[in-house]
Amino acid sequence: MTIQLTTPLTTQLTRYPETPSQTGGPYVHIGLAPQQAGFEIFDNNFGNVMVQPDTLGERIRVEGRVFDGSGTLMRDVLIEVWQANAAGKYAHPADRQDKPLDPAFRGWGRTGADFDTGVFSFETIKPGQVVGANGQLQAPHICLILFARGINTGLHTRLYFGDEDLANATDPILNGIEWEVRRKTLLATREQRAGEVVYRFDIRIQDTPDGGKETVFFDV
Amino acid sequence: MSHILSIDGQSGPLGPFVQRDSEAHPPALTPGYKTSILRSPRNALIANLPTLSEMTAPVFQPQELGAKDNDLLTNFAKDGLPIGERIVVHGFVRDQFGQPVRNALVEVWQANASGRYRHKKDQYIGSMDPNFGGCGRVLTDANGHYVYRTVKPGPYPWRNRINEWRPAHIHYSISGDGWAQRLITQLYFEGDPLIPECPIIKTIPSESQIRSLIALLDKDHAKPMDSLTYRFDITLRGRNATWFEN
Repeated sequence: MTIQLTTPLTTQLTRYPETPSQTGGPYVHIGLAPQQAGFEIFDNNFGNVMVQPDTLGERIRVEGRVFDGSGTLMRDVLIEVWQANAAGKYAHPADRQDKPLDPAFRGWGRTGADFDTGVFSFETIKPGQVVGANGQLQAPHICLILFARGINTGLHTRLYFGDEDLANATDPILNGIEWEVRRKTLLATREQRAGEVVYRFDIRIQDTPDGGKETVFFDV
Repeated sequence: MSHILSIDGQSGPLGPFVQRDSEAHPPALTPGYKTSILRSPRNALIANLPTLSEMTAPVFQPQELGAKDNDLLTNFAKDGLPIGERIVVHGFVRDQFGQPVRNALVEVWQANASGRYRHKKDQYIGSMDPNFGGCGRVLTDANGHYVYRTVKPGPYPWRNRINEWRPAHIHYSISGDGWAQRLITQLYFEGDPLIPECPIIKTIPSESQIRSLIALLDKDHAKPMDSLTYRFDITLRGRNATWFEN
Protein backbone atom coordinates (compact mmCIF):
# COMPACT_ATOMS: atom_id res chain seq x y z
CA MET A 1 0.00 0.00 0.00
CA THR A 2 1.25 3.44 -0.83
CA ILE A 3 0.71 6.25 1.56
CA GLN A 4 0.19 9.52 -0.27
CA LEU A 5 1.57 12.54 1.50
CA THR A 6 0.84 16.03 0.35
CA THR A 7 3.46 18.68 0.87
CA PRO A 8 2.10 22.11 1.77
CA LEU A 9 3.10 24.58 -0.93
CA THR A 10 4.38 27.06 1.65
CA THR A 11 7.03 24.62 2.84
CA GLN A 12 8.37 24.27 -0.67
CA LEU A 13 8.50 27.99 -1.08
CA THR A 14 10.13 28.96 2.18
CA ARG A 15 12.89 26.45 2.64
CA TYR A 16 15.69 25.65 0.22
CA PRO A 17 17.69 22.44 0.61
CA GLU A 18 21.16 22.81 2.09
CA THR A 19 24.01 22.40 -0.39
CA PRO A 20 25.10 18.75 -0.14
CA SER A 21 28.41 17.89 1.47
CA GLN A 22 31.26 16.16 -0.35
CA THR A 23 34.50 14.72 0.97
CA GLY A 24 37.43 17.10 1.51
CA GLY A 25 39.58 14.56 -0.33
CA PRO A 26 43.26 13.71 0.21
CA TYR A 27 44.53 17.16 -0.83
CA VAL A 28 42.38 19.21 1.53
CA HIS A 29 45.62 20.84 2.76
CA ILE A 30 46.10 22.75 -0.49
CA GLY A 31 43.17 24.97 0.30
CA LEU A 32 43.07 24.91 4.08
CA ALA A 33 46.73 24.38 5.07
CA PRO A 34 48.86 25.15 1.98
CA GLN A 35 52.15 25.17 3.91
CA GLN A 36 51.52 21.57 4.85
CA ALA A 37 50.76 20.74 1.20
CA GLY A 38 54.27 22.03 0.52
CA PHE A 39 54.04 25.62 -0.73
CA GLU A 40 53.85 29.23 0.39
CA ILE A 41 51.05 31.34 -1.04
CA PHE A 42 49.21 33.41 1.61
CA ASP A 43 50.77 36.11 3.78
CA ASN A 44 48.49 35.13 6.64
CA ASN A 45 48.02 31.41 7.28
CA PHE A 46 45.37 30.01 9.61
CA GLY A 47 46.82 27.49 12.00
CA ASN A 48 46.82 25.65 15.29
CA VAL A 49 48.33 28.31 17.59
CA MET A 50 45.24 29.88 19.11
CA VAL A 51 46.93 31.84 21.90
CA GLN A 52 48.70 35.17 21.88
CA PRO A 53 50.95 36.47 24.69
CA ASP A 54 48.07 38.31 26.38
CA THR A 55 45.38 35.66 25.97
CA LEU A 56 43.71 34.97 29.32
CA GLY A 57 43.48 31.49 30.80
CA GLU A 58 45.38 28.30 31.47
CA ARG A 59 47.65 27.38 28.55
CA ILE A 60 47.07 23.85 27.34
CA ARG A 61 48.15 21.69 24.44
CA VAL A 62 45.56 19.42 22.87
CA GLU A 63 47.12 16.48 21.11
CA GLY A 64 45.72 13.39 19.47
CA ARG A 65 45.52 10.96 16.60
CA VAL A 66 42.68 9.70 14.43
CA PHE A 67 42.25 6.00 13.61
CA ASP A 68 40.20 4.27 10.93
CA GLY A 69 38.29 1.04 11.46
CA SER A 70 41.40 -1.11 10.90
CA GLY A 71 43.30 0.78 13.60
CA THR A 72 45.40 2.55 10.96
CA LEU A 73 46.36 6.18 11.55
CA MET A 74 44.55 8.71 9.36
CA ARG A 75 47.48 10.88 8.38
CA ASP A 76 45.55 13.01 5.89
CA VAL A 77 42.82 14.22 8.26
CA LEU A 78 42.14 17.94 8.74
CA ILE A 79 40.76 19.09 12.08
CA GLU A 80 39.21 22.35 13.20
CA VAL A 81 38.29 23.35 16.73
CA TRP A 82 35.90 25.95 18.14
CA GLN A 83 35.74 26.91 21.78
CA ALA A 84 34.81 29.60 24.30
CA ASN A 85 37.36 31.81 26.05
CA ALA A 86 38.52 31.31 29.65
CA ALA A 87 35.40 33.10 30.92
CA GLY A 88 33.10 30.80 28.94
CA LYS A 89 32.15 33.26 26.18
CA TYR A 90 32.30 32.73 22.42
CA ALA A 91 33.80 35.46 20.22
CA HIS A 92 30.64 35.78 18.13
CA PRO A 93 27.66 38.17 18.26
CA ALA A 94 25.15 35.37 18.90
CA ASP A 95 26.73 34.84 22.33
CA ARG A 96 24.72 37.26 24.52
CA GLN A 97 25.97 35.91 27.84
CA ASP A 98 26.99 38.66 30.23
CA LYS A 99 30.66 37.66 30.25
CA PRO A 100 33.84 39.40 29.04
CA LEU A 101 35.19 38.90 25.53
CA ASP A 102 38.93 38.28 25.33
CA PRO A 103 40.24 40.42 22.45
CA ALA A 104 43.32 38.16 22.32
CA PHE A 105 41.34 34.97 21.74
CA ARG A 106 39.30 34.03 18.69
CA GLY A 107 38.57 30.48 19.80
CA TRP A 108 39.16 28.83 16.44
CA GLY A 109 42.04 26.80 15.07
CA ARG A 110 42.83 24.47 12.21
CA THR A 111 45.51 21.86 11.53
CA GLY A 112 46.28 18.74 9.57
CA ALA A 113 47.56 15.57 11.22
CA ASP A 114 51.29 15.12 10.65
CA PHE A 115 51.88 13.10 7.46
CA ASP A 116 54.45 10.88 9.25
CA THR A 117 53.29 10.53 12.84
CA GLY A 118 49.56 11.14 12.36
CA VAL A 119 49.59 13.44 15.41
CA PHE A 120 47.57 16.66 15.44
CA SER A 121 47.85 19.38 18.08
CA PHE A 122 46.51 22.78 19.12
CA GLU A 123 48.02 25.39 21.43
CA THR A 124 45.08 26.89 23.23
CA ILE A 125 43.57 27.67 26.63
CA LYS A 126 41.15 25.70 28.74
CA PRO A 127 37.68 27.11 28.05
CA GLY A 128 35.26 28.24 30.74
CA GLN A 129 31.75 26.86 31.13
CA VAL A 130 29.05 27.95 28.69
CA VAL A 131 25.31 27.86 29.20
CA GLY A 132 23.50 25.03 27.39
CA ALA A 133 19.93 24.46 26.28
CA ASN A 134 17.28 25.14 28.97
CA GLY A 135 19.77 27.20 30.99
CA GLN A 136 21.79 24.20 32.18
CA LEU A 137 25.52 24.78 32.42
CA GLN A 138 27.70 22.76 30.05
CA ALA A 139 31.01 21.32 31.23
CA PRO A 140 34.11 22.90 29.65
CA HIS A 141 34.48 21.49 26.16
CA ILE A 142 36.03 22.07 22.74
CA CYS A 143 34.02 21.41 19.57
CA LEU A 144 35.93 19.50 16.87
CA ILE A 145 35.15 18.79 13.25
CA LEU A 146 37.02 16.27 11.09
CA PHE A 147 37.39 16.37 7.32
CA ALA A 148 39.26 13.80 5.24
CA ARG A 149 39.35 11.54 2.25
CA GLY A 150 36.64 8.92 2.83
CA ILE A 151 34.58 11.19 5.11
CA ASN A 152 31.58 12.37 3.09
CA THR A 153 30.28 14.88 5.62
CA GLY A 154 32.44 16.55 8.29
CA LEU A 155 32.25 14.62 11.56
CA HIS A 156 31.39 16.66 14.66
CA THR A 157 32.57 15.63 18.09
CA ARG A 158 33.46 17.27 21.40
CA LEU A 159 36.48 17.09 23.63
CA TYR A 160 35.75 17.15 27.37
CA PHE A 161 38.42 17.34 30.06
CA GLY A 162 39.11 14.15 31.99
CA ASP A 163 39.91 16.10 35.17
CA GLU A 164 36.53 17.88 35.29
CA ASP A 165 34.56 15.05 36.93
CA LEU A 166 32.10 17.31 38.70
CA ALA A 167 31.16 19.43 35.69
CA ASN A 168 31.16 16.43 33.35
CA ALA A 169 28.75 14.57 35.61
CA THR A 170 26.05 17.20 35.04
CA ASP A 171 26.82 18.11 31.41
CA PRO A 172 23.58 17.89 29.40
CA ILE A 173 25.29 16.70 26.21
CA LEU A 174 27.33 13.95 27.90
CA ASN A 175 24.26 12.88 29.84
CA GLY A 176 22.29 12.86 26.61
CA ILE A 177 24.41 9.91 25.46
CA GLU A 178 22.21 7.01 26.42
CA TRP A 179 25.06 4.49 26.46
CA GLU A 180 27.16 5.44 29.46
CA VAL A 181 30.11 3.38 28.22
CA ARG A 182 30.37 5.60 25.14
CA ARG A 183 30.70 8.85 27.13
CA LYS A 184 34.33 8.21 28.02
CA THR A 185 35.31 8.34 24.33
CA LEU A 186 34.91 12.13 24.67
CA LEU A 187 37.20 12.54 27.70
CA ALA A 188 40.72 13.82 27.08
CA THR A 189 43.39 12.71 29.56
CA ARG A 190 45.50 15.32 31.28
CA GLU A 191 49.29 14.91 31.29
CA GLN A 192 52.13 17.06 32.50
CA ARG A 193 55.01 17.19 30.04
CA ALA A 194 58.10 19.35 30.67
CA GLY A 195 56.07 22.00 32.44
CA GLU A 196 53.35 21.89 29.82
CA VAL A 197 49.78 20.72 30.32
CA VAL A 198 48.78 18.33 27.57
CA TYR A 199 45.35 16.85 26.98
CA ARG A 200 45.47 13.70 24.88
CA PHE A 201 42.45 12.98 22.75
CA ASP A 202 42.50 10.10 20.29
CA ILE A 203 39.57 9.71 17.91
CA ARG A 204 38.35 6.42 16.49
CA ILE A 205 36.04 6.59 13.50
CA GLN A 206 35.03 2.98 14.13
CA ASP A 207 35.90 0.39 16.79
CA THR A 208 39.50 -0.71 16.27
CA PRO A 209 40.95 -4.25 16.47
CA ASP A 210 42.94 -3.35 19.62
CA GLY A 211 39.68 -2.84 21.50
CA GLY A 212 39.48 0.92 20.95
CA LYS A 213 35.93 2.16 20.96
CA GLU A 214 34.28 4.31 18.32
CA THR A 215 34.20 7.99 19.33
CA VAL A 216 30.79 9.59 19.76
CA PHE A 217 29.88 11.84 16.83
CA PHE A 218 27.06 14.36 16.86
CA ASP A 219 24.36 15.56 14.53
CA VAL A 220 24.70 19.21 15.66
CA MET B 1 8.38 40.11 20.31
CA SER B 2 11.68 39.09 18.81
CA HIS B 3 12.60 39.55 15.17
CA ILE B 4 14.12 37.43 12.48
CA LEU B 5 17.72 38.51 12.51
CA SER B 6 20.69 38.61 10.31
CA ILE B 7 24.07 38.23 11.97
CA ASP B 8 24.53 42.00 12.05
CA GLY B 9 21.20 42.57 13.75
CA GLN B 10 21.40 43.47 17.41
CA SER B 11 17.70 43.72 18.17
CA GLY B 12 17.02 40.28 19.63
CA PRO B 13 18.27 36.76 20.13
CA LEU B 14 19.86 34.82 17.31
CA GLY B 15 18.05 31.52 17.09
CA PRO B 16 19.40 28.03 16.57
CA PHE B 17 19.81 26.43 13.16
CA VAL B 18 17.10 24.25 11.75
CA GLN B 19 17.77 20.54 11.80
CA ARG B 20 20.05 19.22 9.06
CA ASP B 21 18.12 17.15 6.53
CA SER B 22 20.19 13.98 6.30
CA GLU B 23 18.46 13.09 3.01
CA ALA B 24 20.11 16.13 1.44
CA HIS B 25 23.61 14.73 2.08
CA PRO B 26 25.63 11.61 1.39
CA PRO B 27 25.42 8.99 4.13
CA ALA B 28 28.76 8.26 5.85
CA LEU B 29 29.02 4.70 4.52
CA THR B 30 28.99 4.64 0.71
CA PRO B 31 30.82 1.46 -0.41
CA GLY B 32 31.08 2.60 -4.05
CA TYR B 33 33.50 5.21 -2.70
CA LYS B 34 35.81 2.64 -1.16
CA THR B 35 37.70 4.82 1.32
CA SER B 36 34.44 5.55 3.15
CA ILE B 37 34.17 1.93 4.31
CA LEU B 38 36.81 2.14 7.05
CA ARG B 39 36.29 5.87 7.63
CA SER B 40 32.58 5.95 8.47
CA PRO B 41 31.16 5.57 11.98
CA ARG B 42 29.08 2.43 12.57
CA ASN B 43 26.98 4.07 15.27
CA ALA B 44 24.24 6.59 14.59
CA LEU B 45 25.09 10.25 15.12
CA ILE B 46 23.73 11.58 18.41
CA ALA B 47 21.42 14.59 18.21
CA ASN B 48 21.08 17.24 20.90
CA LEU B 49 19.21 20.45 21.47
CA PRO B 50 21.37 23.19 20.01
CA THR B 51 23.55 25.25 22.34
CA LEU B 52 25.64 28.39 21.95
CA SER B 53 28.53 26.13 20.97
CA GLU B 54 26.80 25.25 17.69
CA MET B 55 25.08 28.62 17.15
CA THR B 56 28.36 30.57 17.08
CA ALA B 57 31.43 30.40 14.83
CA PRO B 58 34.68 32.27 14.18
CA VAL B 59 34.38 35.76 12.72
CA PHE B 60 36.91 36.68 10.03
CA GLN B 61 38.11 40.18 9.19
CA PRO B 62 38.75 41.42 5.62
CA GLN B 63 42.28 42.52 6.57
CA GLU B 64 43.19 38.91 7.34
CA LEU B 65 43.11 38.15 3.62
CA GLY B 66 45.62 39.37 1.05
CA ALA B 67 44.74 41.42 -2.04
CA LYS B 68 45.36 38.48 -4.42
CA ASP B 69 43.85 35.76 -2.27
CA ASN B 70 40.85 35.42 -4.60
CA ASP B 71 42.84 35.56 -7.83
CA LEU B 72 44.31 32.15 -8.60
CA LEU B 73 45.57 33.48 -11.95
CA THR B 74 48.10 35.72 -10.21
CA ASN B 75 48.45 34.65 -6.57
CA PHE B 76 51.16 32.10 -7.39
CA ALA B 77 52.40 33.48 -10.73
CA LYS B 78 56.22 33.55 -10.84
CA ASP B 79 57.32 34.32 -14.41
CA GLY B 80 54.04 34.39 -16.31
CA LEU B 81 50.42 33.41 -16.19
CA PRO B 82 49.21 29.85 -15.57
CA ILE B 83 48.19 27.79 -18.60
CA GLY B 84 44.53 26.92 -18.99
CA GLU B 85 41.02 28.22 -19.51
CA ARG B 86 40.61 31.55 -17.76
CA ILE B 87 37.39 31.57 -15.76
CA VAL B 88 35.65 33.68 -13.15
CA VAL B 89 33.48 31.85 -10.62
CA HIS B 90 30.92 33.76 -8.62
CA GLY B 91 27.69 33.28 -6.72
CA PHE B 92 25.74 33.93 -3.56
CA VAL B 93 25.90 32.22 -0.20
CA ARG B 94 22.45 32.19 1.34
CA ASP B 95 20.77 30.27 4.11
CA GLN B 96 17.83 27.92 3.65
CA PHE B 97 15.38 30.78 4.12
CA GLY B 98 17.03 32.84 1.40
CA GLN B 99 18.84 35.24 3.72
CA PRO B 100 22.31 36.30 2.55
CA VAL B 101 25.18 34.89 4.61
CA ARG B 102 27.47 37.87 5.04
CA ASN B 103 31.17 37.73 5.80
CA ALA B 104 31.29 33.97 5.23
CA LEU B 105 34.79 32.61 4.60
CA VAL B 106 34.80 30.80 1.24
CA GLU B 107 38.00 28.83 0.61
CA VAL B 108 38.66 26.95 -2.62
CA TRP B 109 41.32 24.54 -3.86
CA GLN B 110 41.77 22.68 -7.12
CA ALA B 111 44.07 20.92 -9.57
CA ASN B 112 45.67 22.81 -12.46
CA ALA B 113 44.62 22.54 -16.10
CA SER B 114 46.37 19.13 -16.33
CA GLY B 115 44.47 17.68 -13.40
CA ARG B 116 47.60 17.85 -11.24
CA TYR B 117 47.57 19.12 -7.66
CA ARG B 118 50.33 21.12 -6.01
CA HIS B 119 50.56 18.70 -3.09
CA LYS B 120 53.42 16.59 -1.74
CA LYS B 121 51.36 13.45 -2.13
CA ASP B 122 50.16 13.90 -5.74
CA GLN B 123 52.28 11.85 -8.14
CA TYR B 124 50.11 12.01 -11.27
CA ILE B 125 52.03 12.28 -14.57
CA GLY B 126 50.00 15.34 -15.63
CA SER B 127 52.40 18.26 -15.63
CA MET B 128 52.81 20.83 -12.89
CA ASP B 129 52.32 24.48 -13.75
CA PRO B 130 55.02 26.64 -12.11
CA ASN B 131 52.67 29.62 -12.17
CA PHE B 132 49.68 27.98 -10.56
CA GLY B 133 49.24 27.32 -6.83
CA GLY B 134 45.61 26.18 -6.77
CA CYS B 135 44.07 27.77 -3.71
CA GLY B 136 42.20 30.96 -2.91
CA ARG B 137 39.82 32.49 -0.42
CA VAL B 138 37.32 35.31 -0.18
CA LEU B 139 34.77 36.73 2.26
CA THR B 140 31.19 37.18 1.07
CA ASP B 141 29.96 40.78 0.89
CA ALA B 142 26.82 42.34 2.40
CA ASN B 143 24.68 40.53 -0.19
CA GLY B 144 26.33 37.18 0.43
CA HIS B 145 28.16 37.45 -2.90
CA TYR B 146 31.64 36.05 -3.58
CA VAL B 147 33.88 36.01 -6.66
CA TYR B 148 37.27 34.60 -7.61
CA ARG B 149 39.28 34.03 -10.78
CA THR B 150 41.15 30.87 -11.79
CA VAL B 151 41.88 28.37 -14.56
CA LYS B 152 39.42 25.56 -15.16
CA PRO B 153 40.83 22.40 -13.51
CA GLY B 154 41.37 19.24 -15.54
CA PRO B 155 39.86 15.85 -14.66
CA TYR B 156 42.26 13.38 -13.06
CA PRO B 157 42.55 9.66 -12.42
CA TRP B 158 42.40 8.14 -8.96
CA ARG B 159 42.57 4.73 -7.48
CA ASN B 160 39.12 3.61 -6.46
CA ARG B 161 38.36 1.17 -9.22
CA ILE B 162 41.47 1.21 -11.39
CA ASN B 163 40.09 3.32 -14.24
CA GLU B 164 38.34 5.91 -12.10
CA TRP B 165 38.39 9.61 -13.13
CA ARG B 166 37.15 12.59 -11.22
CA PRO B 167 35.21 15.15 -13.25
CA ALA B 168 36.72 18.62 -13.28
CA HIS B 169 35.93 20.10 -9.88
CA ILE B 170 36.82 22.82 -7.41
CA HIS B 171 36.77 22.03 -3.71
CA TYR B 172 34.90 24.47 -1.46
CA SER B 173 35.01 25.11 2.25
CA ILE B 174 32.47 27.52 3.74
CA SER B 175 32.52 28.89 7.27
CA GLY B 176 29.32 30.82 7.93
CA ASP B 177 27.58 32.29 11.00
CA GLY B 178 27.46 29.14 13.07
CA TRP B 179 29.51 26.03 13.72
CA ALA B 180 26.45 24.01 12.66
CA GLN B 181 26.74 25.51 9.14
CA ARG B 182 30.33 24.37 8.58
CA LEU B 183 30.44 22.78 5.14
CA ILE B 184 32.94 21.30 2.71
CA THR B 185 31.76 20.40 -0.77
CA GLN B 186 32.80 20.36 -4.44
CA LEU B 187 31.76 22.36 -7.49
CA TYR B 188 31.36 20.58 -10.85
CA PHE B 189 31.01 22.10 -14.32
CA GLU B 190 27.91 22.08 -16.51
CA GLY B 191 27.99 19.45 -19.23
CA ASP B 192 30.93 17.37 -17.94
CA PRO B 193 30.28 13.76 -19.10
CA LEU B 194 32.24 12.35 -16.14
CA ILE B 195 29.68 13.65 -13.64
CA PRO B 196 27.16 10.78 -13.90
CA GLU B 197 29.90 8.16 -13.47
CA CYS B 198 31.66 9.57 -10.44
CA PRO B 199 31.32 7.42 -7.29
CA ILE B 200 32.00 10.44 -5.06
CA ILE B 201 29.13 12.37 -6.66
CA LYS B 202 26.95 9.28 -6.49
CA THR B 203 27.22 9.27 -2.71
CA ILE B 204 24.58 12.06 -2.86
CA PRO B 205 21.17 10.41 -2.64
CA SER B 206 19.10 12.60 -4.97
CA GLU B 207 19.41 13.87 -8.51
CA SER B 208 18.27 17.37 -7.56
CA GLN B 209 20.95 17.63 -4.87
CA ILE B 210 23.61 16.48 -7.35
CA ARG B 211 22.42 19.17 -9.74
CA SER B 212 22.88 21.78 -7.03
CA LEU B 213 26.66 21.14 -7.16
CA ILE B 214 26.92 21.86 -10.88
CA ALA B 215 28.08 25.37 -11.72
CA LEU B 216 26.32 26.85 -14.74
CA LEU B 217 27.98 28.69 -17.57
CA ASP B 218 27.11 32.36 -17.03
CA LYS B 219 28.00 33.81 -20.38
CA ASP B 220 26.28 37.12 -19.68
CA HIS B 221 28.92 37.82 -17.07
CA ALA B 222 31.86 36.71 -19.21
CA LYS B 223 34.56 39.27 -19.87
CA PRO B 224 34.89 39.52 -23.67
CA MET B 225 38.33 38.58 -25.03
CA ASP B 226 39.39 37.62 -21.49
CA SER B 227 37.52 35.02 -19.43
CA LEU B 228 34.35 32.94 -19.23
CA THR B 229 32.23 32.92 -16.11
CA TYR B 230 30.50 30.24 -14.05
CA ARG B 231 27.78 30.77 -11.46
CA PHE B 232 27.67 28.69 -8.30
CA ASP B 233 25.32 29.48 -5.41
CA ILE B 234 25.58 27.85 -2.01
CA THR B 235 22.86 27.24 0.56
CA LEU B 236 23.78 26.89 4.24
CA ARG B 237 21.51 25.86 7.07
CA GLY B 238 18.90 28.42 8.06
CA ARG B 239 18.78 30.15 11.41
CA ASN B 240 15.48 29.89 13.16
CA ALA B 241 13.65 32.87 14.53
CA THR B 242 13.07 32.68 18.27
CA TRP B 243 9.57 34.07 18.65
CA PHE B 244 9.58 33.76 22.41
CA GLU B 245 12.30 34.37 24.94
CA ASN B 246 14.74 31.52 25.49
